[in-house]
Amino acid sequence: MEIKKPAIAGTLESSDCQVTVEAGEGKVDFSLESAVINQYGNQIRKVAYETLDNLGIDNVKLTIVDKGALDCTIKARIEAAVYRSIGQIEDLPWGGAIR
Amino acid sequence: MINAVGRDIPEEILKVTGKEVFQGVHHFDGHVYKKHGPEVECVINSNGSKMVDSIHDVLVKCGIKDGMTVSFHHHFREGDYVVNMVMKEIHDMGIKDITICASSLGKAHDPLVEYIEDGTITNIQSSGVRGKIGEAISNGKLKGLAIMRSHGGRVRALVTGETQIDIAFIGTPTCDEYGNCRGIGGKSDCGVLSYAMSDAFHANKMVAITDCMVPFPNFPAHISMTKVDYVVEVDQIGDPKKIATGAAKPTTDMRKLMMADYCTQFVVNTPYFKDGFSYQTGVGGASIASTISLAKVMKERNIRMRFGVGGLTKPMCDLLINGQVDALLDTQDFDLAAVESVKDLHHFRISAGEYANPFNKGAVVNKLDFVILAALEVDVHFNCNVVVDSNGMITGAQGGHPDTAAGAKCAIVIAPLLQGRTPAICTDVTTVTTPGESVDVVITDYGIAINPKRQDLIEAMKDVDLPFKTIEELRDIAYSIAGEPQKVQFGDRVVGVIESRDGTIMDVVRQIKPFEFDD
Repeated sequence: MEIKKPAIAGTLESSDCQVTVEAGEGKVDFSLESAVINQYGNQIRKVAYETLDNLGIDNVKLTIVDKGALDCTIKARIEAAVYRSIGQIEDLPWGGAIR
Repeated sequence: MINAVGRDIPEEILKVTGKEVFQGVHHFDGHVYKKHGPEVECVINSNGSKMVDSIHDVLVKCGIKDGMTVSFHHHFREGDYVVNMVMKEIHDMGIKDITICASSLGKAHDPLVEYIEDGTITNIQSSGVRGKIGEAISNGKLKGLAIMRSHGGRVRALVTGETQIDIAFIGTPTCDEYGNCRGIGGKSDCGVLSYAMSDAFHANKMVAITDCMVPFPNFPAHISMTKVDYVVEVDQIGDPKKIATGAAKPTTDMRKLMMADYCTQFVVNTPYFKDGFSYQTGVGGASIASTISLAKVMKERNIRMRFGVGGLTKPMCDLLINGQVDALLDTQDFDLAAVESVKDLHHFRISAGEYANPFNKGAVVNKLDFVILAALEVDVHFNCNVVVDSNGMITGAQGGHPDTAAGAKCAIVIAPLLQGRTPAICTDVTTVTTPGESVDVVITDYGIAINPKRQDLIEAMKDVDLPFKTIEELRDIAYSIAGEPQKVQFGDRVVGVIESRDGTIMDVVRQIKPFEFDD
């Protein structure tokens, strides 16, 4: 998949995260700001790359502002942002790219 | 050198501080020492007044100079103006290398960061620090060391002479021209002056600062004129709205209510819950809720509390109003109800020394049956952390946590299993403040763990219908939800010392450094 337009998902509430995706410059450009970066920074990065991998995205600028979200939340917010960026809000591939 | 809670205390810190490593809660039981006394400048003439025109003038009279130690109390909490007022004047006079010995420092004292950065303040001794001062210390801006002491430990440091206060600045709600201080009345009413009483006994110079002068004698004095050198009247010593707030609304958070309920169920099933028991609780939502639910059970079973201790809030004072407790012993008032309650004949002011100093001939905490505490982190050894957050930043205070936990027969810590994503129950706390040997029970929203060394409590609970788990099981549940946290990446420099209440070193706090991803 290609990121078509900038899109955003999630909030800045505690235990949530706000994910922004924008068209990349030929690679995955990852930036993270997190309330728990010391404890979970590496884990969040791992989850983010795995999620992008599942979605088949290798060209994106991904920005996460995390307020202590669990892995499942981070994954869901990335998926939501990506599908919004390509304008697909129906017929989402549950069980496929979204696992 | 490894101490009794398994923390490696660097040799250089032992050398610089002249301290030993922590060797167990009762290591100094029976220890004999000679008390240290302050210098006293006699007042024999009968000129009659100790009034001085300004903070500046009083600093000159006290002979303020580089390297001195000045002290403050925190009864005005986030409404305090005294610390900033005095430190601004010291700064403007160009004095450097000051040690601040405060019973606690909070967000109200953020302006001190400027004085830390320019070398006016180079050492801090406090129960803890919040806000920007904590960030400044954790970022290595303080030239010397921050020493975090419990309320009892602070008094011990003064009594033994480990810390010699040159000038104590005591904000007092009312005062007369000869220095009799009372914690009650005036426009900045804080009820009690417990933390300042030790300063009055041990400081070389003592300055009373008030915004409400009353005619001599301001009796009964909480701090006597016999300890006071000078009196300064200023416009305002604090913001009354932030000194004693309205009573906190009882929590409606179901998670906290559930933990409060677990706590009450636990308490009433211990052998200590009987007529004449004693009790202290903190001011967290769950602690307050547990006091309210405990009061109900006491009424149903016709059980009276002999005495309650603390940092007091409305639910504790309601016990007195409702005739459910014989006496309240008070070191600090958190709300207007507590300030009002101090006027009751059965509500007694006690000094911080009486309350918790391990180096006197027995403190009130030793007579506690129960204490209900909170913690940022508890580890599988039952060690608690209340000073440093999980990111390694200094953000809290020891308060009476280690004192009461050491003294009480049953020390209960309430902590939600997860604070956001951060597990409160973990393998090793970031920094140890209260040793696991003092902590008997941990109550979370996912279950209750009893310290295995308390087989008597485990036996007492064997038929009780509560969700008991091992502390390891609680940690595993937390990690299964949030993932196992990585350890904070600290720098090398030690910026703070967590002092045990007996003056030994429990742990050190290192400078934080920016996070870097692996590889």
